[in-house]
Order: sequence, then C-alpha cells, then structure tokens
Amino acid sequence: MIELALEKSLFGPEGKMKLAVSCQIGKGELVGIYGPSGAGKSSILRLISGLMKPEGGLLKVDGEVWYSNVETVNLKPTKRNIGMVFQEHSLFPNMSIAENLEFALSKGQPPQIVQDLLERVGLKKLASKKPSVLSGGQKQRVALARAMIRKPKILLLDEPFSALDMKMRAKLQEYLVQFHNEYGLTTLLVSHDASEISRMAQRVLVMENGKFSFDGEPRHFFQS
Amino acid sequence: MDFSPFYLTLRLALFTTGILFLIGIPLAYWLAFSRLRIKYVVEAIVSLPLVLPPTVLGFYLLLFFSPENPMGGFLDRYFDLRLVFTFPGLVLASVIYSLPFMVQPLRSGFTGIPKAWIDTTQTLGKGRWVTLSRVMLPNMKSALLTAGVLSFAHTVGEFGVVLMVGGNIPDETRVIAVAIYNEVEAMNYGQANTYSLILIGFSFLVLLITYWLNRDKSRVLSYD
Repeated sequence: MIELALEKSLFGPEGKMKLAVSCQIGKGELVGIYGPSGAGKSSILRLISGLMKPEGGLLKVDGEVWYSNVETVNLKPTKRNIGMVFQEHSLFPNMSIAENLEFALSKGQPPQIVQDLLERVGLKKLASKKPSVLSGGQKQRVALARAMIRKPKILLLDEPFSALDMKMRAKLQEYLVQFHNEYGLTTLLVSHDASEISRMAQRVLVMENGKFSFDGEPRHFFQS
Repeated sequence: MDFSPFYLTLRLALFTTGILFLIGIPLAYWLAFSRLRIKYVVEAIVSLPLVLPPTVLGFYLLLFFSPENPMGGFLDRYFDLRLVFTFPGLVLASVIYSLPFMVQPLRSGFTGIPKAWIDTTQTLGKGRWVTLSRVMLPNMKSALLTAGVLSFAHTVGEFGVVLMVGGNIPDETRVIAVAIYNEVEAMNYGQANTYSLILIGFSFLVLLITYWLNRDKSRVLSYD
C-alpha cells in the first residue's frame, strides 16, 4: 500500500503553484492520474520515484518510510523498488534491445528474465538490434519490459502511450494490464486520455492546480 | 635529421592528454551537473588559459616551482621532484594550459545527455558510476574524441609556456615548437622548414581524421 501526503512548490505554465496531495493507494490497484497539462501529474510520479524531492510530508510504501520530513528520511531513487516508463522513450542508443534490458538486472539476478520479457512483448527476434531501428511502439514495449526486469512493487507510467497511434496504443495497454495483473503490481498511470483511463483504471485521481479534485471510479467522473 | 624534438613532443602530448582525461572527466561532469552557486568561479578559472598569454602562465609556474620558493623547495626536498626545466614540469604546465580544451567539449557532451536517460538509470537502481561509465560516456564519443584531439593538438602547438617552464634542453624539454625557433635563430632555415612542414602535415592529418570520424555526429548520438 502507498500512503502519501506530499508537498512541493512547482513552477507551472501559470507561474508558481503549490502541489499538495494526499491519498492512499491499495496494493494491486491500477490508478489513473488525469488532468490538464501543468496540473502536476508527472510531478507526483517524480515525487514517488524520488527523482524530485518533496518539501514536506510523508511517503510510505508497504509500511516502509520512503520519505518523511519529520524523520528526515529520503530514500534515494536507486533504493526504491519501482519501475518507471517515461513519455519520451529513454532507451540507451549504445546498447542493443537485449542489452537495454540486461542493464536493468540487479546484481546476481538470473538473466533468464531478459529473454522471458522480450518474448512477452514480442521482440525476441529484434533482441540484437539497436533501438534506432525500432518504431515508437516497439521502443515503448522495450521500455516497459525493461521497467519490469527488477520486478518492481510499483509501476509508474508517465504518459507512456501518448506519442503512439491508436492501434499501437491498444496493444501496449493490453501488455500493461497483463503485467499489472501477473506481477501483482501497484500501477499509477498518468494520462490525459479519458478513454484510456476509463478502460484500464479502476480508480482515477483528477488533478487541478496541484490538488486532487476528484478521487473515485473513472465512470463517475467522466460521465459527469 | 634530429627527430628527438618530435618524439619528445609526442610523449608530452600523450602524457598531457592522458592526465587531462583523468582530471577533465570528473571536472566536466561536476560543471555540467552541479547546482552549486560558486560554479561560475571554477568555470572562470578553468577558462583562464584561453585568454592569458602563455608567458604569463609560464612565468608564474616558473616562480611557483622554483626550488628557491616554498612550493618548489618543498617538492625538491621531500620528493626529489624538480618541476622547473624538467619533463614532469612540462607535463604539469601543459595540463594546466590545455585544461579548457579538454573540459569544454566534455562539458557540452555531458549536458547533451538527455535527462530522461539519467532518470531512467536511477529508477533502474543504478548509481552514478554505472550511469557515467555505461550510459553517458559511450553516448558522447564525439565529445570525447574532440576533447582528446584538441588537448593533444594544443599541446603539440605549445610554445610560450614550454619555453618559460622547460627552457630548451635537448631530449628533456626541447619540443618541436622550441626546436623550430632554435633553428630560425641559428639561421638554419632549411631545417626549420622541414620541421615546420612535418608539423603542418601531422596536424592536418590529425584534424582530418577527427573530422572524418565526427562527420555524422547525429548517427553517433541518435536515439530517436
């Protein structure tokens, strides 16, 4: 379970904005985070991953404190067991597809998972190719597979499908739901696509100006 | 013909470039990513050799390392190390003199690394060293090449600093630029001409190879 209550001053498109959010996310939930650009959606993922430092509050995952300004705890991103997929594909161009996945292996982790995951996302044949020859959708599949290597507790997705066409998007959404269910992940999906959230998430957190303005089932929000 | 000034110059340039890589990579990394406010002071110091006449630098190094002065005396007494009119002294002076030629291209290389790659390595649990050695450096080959060649070529072309700190001792400090000056002083224009032509040919070849290797920068760095 994720318990978060975090604060951070941000500089949005309309000047300074205070991000202040609190919520609890149950283990195994797939939660969508929806809202206009500049509302602070991506910042929440960056705060959870540790890539951005909060100014105050608490972040607890399965009872373990990841951040607390009271206890002055701030776990490094490298120590947080998360998987993250970014909007822009962040594959390393000097490595082949398989090497991109191998890079993510923890010390002593059996490398068999690389082949398994490549097979799962249907890219085994392209394993030795460099990322530059892949299509946008294929790249995001590699990025998703790479994020799964360390078997994370939490999967954070920052508009991972926004640059893809409808067909590719649907395929990736399918992979994502499969991973989510099979690995027992807690997944947070930032998206500005209402239909995507409606289809995939059981719960949506709607953000406006750095605050949650709605927390509930997607159909209740998107119907109103 | 006496080729020793060439060997000496080559040896000096190789030592200088090697040492500069060891100093330049951490320094450029720090300059690229540090958020310290006094960073600009370090930037100004690193760039000083670009604007100062080499004789100024040479003059102060000469004073500083002279055995009559505290620092030079200390090195002489306790380490039996003389840096004035010796090859090690030349290497040190060259390292300082060519520092900006190493640091500036490397710094541009570091700042050209997409932030998403660095974020990704962190969320994959990798520390700074792994990020540097496996993601950053392999993806800034052209910056490394440019930095290496510029430092090497700049050292080959040194005159003022070398003459001030090293003097004109055959096989010890008489580098090619000094040898040419010597020959002209002695009215041996033929010899000076031969040295000069070899130097022109060599420099042109080095630059030609560099530009050839760098001819398609986008290919080396492409990740889209």
